[in-house]
Order: sequence, then structure tokens, then C-alpha cells
Amino acid sequence: MPVREAPPVEVRDGSVAIGGRPVLRGIDLTVGSGEFLALMGANGSGKSTLVRAVTGLLPMTGGRVALFGTPYADFRDWQRVGYVPQRSSAATGVPATVWEVVASGRITRRRLFRPLSREDRRAITDAIDVVGLSDRAGLGVSQLSGGQQQRVLIARALAGEPDLLVLDEPTAGVDLGNQRALADALATFKARGATIVLVAHELGPMSPLIDRAVVMRDGRVAYDGPALDEEDAHGHHHPLAGSHDHVPHVGSPLDELDGGR
Amino acid sequence: MSDFLDLFSLPFMQRALLAAFLTGLAAPAIGTFLVQRRLALLGDGLGHVAVTGVAVGLLTNTSPTWTAVVVAVLGAVLIEVIRERGHTNGDVALALLFYGGLAAGVLITGLAGQGAAQLQAYLFGSLTSITAGDVWFTFGLTVVLLVATLGLLPQLFAVSSDPDFARVAGLRVRSYNLLIAVLAAVTVTVAMRTVGLLLVSALMVVPVATSQQLARSFRTTIAGAMVIGVVAALGGLLLSAALSFRATVAPGPTIVLLALAMFASTWPIGVWLRRRRRLLSPFPSVEVHTHTVTVEHPHEHGADCGHPAVPHEDHVDYVHDGHRHAVHGEHYDEH
Repeated sequence: MPVREAPPVEVRDGSVAIGGRPVLRGIDLTVGSGEFLALMGANGSGKSTLVRAVTGLLPMTGGRVALFGTPYADFRDWQRVGYVPQRSSAATGVPATVWEVVASGRITRRRLFRPLSREDRRAITDAIDVVGLSDRAGLGVSQLSGGQQQRVLIARALAGEPDLLVLDEPTAGVDLGNQRALADALATFKARGATIVLVAHELGPMSPLIDRAVVMRDGRVAYDGPALDEEDAHGHHHPLAGSHDHVPHVGSPLDELDGGR
Repeated sequence: MSDFLDLFSLPFMQRALLAAFLTGLAAPAIGTFLVQRRLALLGDGLGHVAVTGVAVGLLTNTSPTWTAVVVAVLGAVLIEVIRERGHTNGDVALALLFYGGLAAGVLITGLAGQGAAQLQAYLFGSLTSITAGDVWFTFGLTVVLLVATLGLLPQLFAVSSDPDFARVAGLRVRSYNLLIAVLAAVTVTVAMRTVGLLLVSALMVVPVATSQQLARSFRTTIAGAMVIGVVAALGGLLLSAALSFRATVAPGPTIVLLALAMFASTWPIGVWLRRRRRLLSPFPSVEVHTHTVTVEHPHEHGADCGHPAVPHEDHVDYVHDGHRHAVHGEHYDEH
């Protein structure tokens, strides 16, 4: 049997607490090399919290995370990880072009006080090309639509040429045309042998690409297996799971806490 | 006029011009990152904190410039810590620090037996009383600032535009945030002699606001802001010198008002540019199965017919009166 590469993501008995309240409990999750995993669940089910813990943005309160076989504390190979944070816009207080924002994704492979190399420029141009924005590279990001800005954020992560891409709800509030463009970009990226973890509320045009789906409910893994169709993964369970926020509820005598409208 | 030209031969004027040039170059460079992080008022706060530093210098009879650097840097570190620890809004805590700095500064100056006049030189600048030593000090700090901001531009850009992304990219976000705050503190003390502690933030922010009216990329914004900063600093100084034959005109406020005038004059251009870009940005391509022909159309659209021509897939749509007209053979289609 050939020597298999260590899994890009491995979480064992992981738990996360925010402000002392347990949010994630007993998470076991292994993402194999080259796998396209969809992390699904209702609002507040903990799917974003889980990817933030995996990328180190939130500290784990228990259990352990390993990236590419290295425990999180010793992991330094950050150029192997591309991250697309949950953001509604790529714009900031100062104007920046699409090219400049995507170029900032190359930061993982650049050394201090060095200009962009030819290799850097090729990777940046290629990343813009993969998301289909080559004709917009010189435009300011604030001139683009919300869906196009999401594609810019994905191109930024791709510019670092990662082996693992983690996307936190890139399709939220994005129109169908842009969702198709996102799916095309991810298909191209997957064909290169990369591993993808996608947090999504609904899959839409992405669904044919998904190898495996993990459904979170109330901070635990509720389902882990082959991709489900929309109805099973989301619509069917939604009325049961409902939304769950982490704020303690205070009840007074006349309040109905459960189901009171 | 010859009186005015004679000014250039005066050593104090030459020193003032040099100091103004350096400040105009350095302040907008770091200011761009503050605006990008939506921390435009950080410079203002550091200016207030530095007042305490100046007062400590006056009290202990040491150089107020050095004590201001030390106190402003300590203030910057404190502000950064408050910002990071305070989960929701650190701005109240920051406000407390700002006013504490100003009040303590005025109080300590009084204790030192120095009058308001002494403090005023630092609050509103005193370009014309700058010594050769001050110019060297300003020069040294400006070089440090420009090397750090321009040399680390990719890193600072990544950290300021998206801290979460930068952290996963392996950057030490906390160190870079601290670096920006410390560089801002150093800038405040550099600009202290030129425009004064209370107006220093203007030189860090107003050129950036002016520059981004016209620029669409980050690079042109920062370069433009530095040019505007230099023009405002030198122009303001010369203007105040020219006017000072008739009345008492302080250079600091003149520099700031000139920068604001430049902003006011570019603002309408920026509004027009942004409106035009929005109008001319391509229409999305969607599959449409209907084919609607315009009613009688006497006007003939063309390259210079005056109607905005907006790219749409493989053709252009001409926009007028809320319609999008595309050429289709002999007639126009409604798109």
C-alpha cells in the first residue's frame, strides 16, 4: 500500500467555548486529501465556529486539531492553507483594485522587503483568471457587485496556491450567476487535486462537486456521509433545529420561551 | 515680492521648509493605513496623549520632543491593547485616554511653572522656531517611517484590509497592528513642530481623503496622499509667510486649511467620477428569451451620440431616459 499523505484537517474530540459557554462539543472530523467537504447546518449550529477553530482564529477549549498531520501549535506551513472569511464585501476604507486585493493573498509566499517576483505575478493573474474576473482586474473592488467581490476574496485565497481551501459561506446572498462562477472556480481548483472545506447554507450549483457532507446541529455533528440533496440536508431538518443563539434567555411569568411568538 | 524671495535666504525659513516637506511626506503614508483600518481619529488621540509627554519634558527640563515620543508610543501600545481586549466598542475607553492625556498635559505644564505660551508652541506648531537639531530629528524619523510603511506595504495592506485572512495567512497580526500604532505615534511627534499636536491628525487623514476621491487603487491613493501632503505643507508654509507681511498668520493652521481646501475642490470631481464609473460599469449577462423592439426611434446611437455606452456581453447598450437600447440590424432592442 502506498504511503498516504496525512489528512489536511483532523479534529479529535474538539470543543470550543465562547465566553465560557460551550458552543462545540465532541467534534471528530477528518478531511482527506483531495476531498470536497460541505459543512452544513442551520444558523447558529456551529459550522462557522468549527472552521474558525480549525484555522486557529478561535482557540479550542478541548481536544486537538492537526493540519497536514502537524498539531496546530507546531503548524507553520500557512501557505498550504487558503482561507475565505465570511464577509459581505472586499472593500475597505481606502480604494483598492481587484488585482491589489488578490495580490495580498500572495503574502503567504512572499518574504519581507521583496517586490513581487514573476512567479508571484503569474499566480495572481492565474487566480483572477480562475474566478473569471480577468477583464475586471484593474477596477476598484467597491465597483463590483457583492457576488463578484466574493469571487475576488476566493481569488485572493487561491493566489497563495494552497493545498487546502477553507471557505466560510461564500454563497450567502450571492445571485445564481455568481454562484455558478464560484462553482466553476472551485471545480477548476478541485481538479488540481486540492482539498476544499466549504461552509454553506445551501449548495445550489456547487452540489455536483461535493464528495461528502457534514451537517452540524447545535454544536455537534449530526450527519457525516455522502452528499445529501437539498431537501434532506436543510429543508427537512430546519423546522426541528430552528435557530440557536448563545445568549442566555431570561423568562418572566408571562413569557413563553419555547415557540412563543 | 522681493521681501518674500528674501525669506528663502533666511536659515530659519530653510529649516522650516525642510521640516514641512518631511512631515508632509511622512504623515499621509501612515495615515493611509489608519484610514484603511477605519481608525482615522487614532492620530488625534495620540496627539492628545503626546501633550502629557511634552509637559513631562517641560517639567523635567529634558527635550519635550523625546519625552513626547516616549509617552505617545506608550499611549499607542495602551490604545492597541484596549482595542484588542475590548470586545465591542473600545472607543469610550479611548476617549478617556485622550482627554486624560490633554488634561494631564495642561496640569503638568502648570506645575512646571511654564505658561500657556510654551505649551502652545507644541499644540499648534511653531515651524519658524525649529532648530537644526530638530530638522535632523525629523529627518531621521521620516526615513524610519517611510522605510517601514513602504517596505512592509504588502504586509500592512493585508493586515489592515482583512485581519482574519492575514492571521490564517500566518502573519503576526498583533505585531503589525502594534507597529502601525507605534508608527502613528512617531508621526505625531514628527508633525508636532509643524502643525501642532491638536492639528496633526489633519495632515495624516485629509490628504488621504483627498487622494481617494480621484484614485481607484491603493498604490495611487498612498502616493497621491504623499504628494498632496507635501504640497499642502510647503504651500501652507509659503502662504503664511507671504501673508505674514500684513497680519499674524500661523503656518500650522494655514497648512491644515490648505489641505482642506484641496479636499473641498476634489470632492465634486470624485462624486462625478464615481457616478460615471457606476453608470458605465457593464450590465450583468443573463439569459433573456424575449426580444423586445423599441417603438419608433428617430435618434441614431453611435460612439459620440452623448448617451452612455455600457458594455453588455458582446455588444453595448446605450442608456437614455431609463431605457437600454442595443443595436439589432435596422432597429434597436430594449435590453
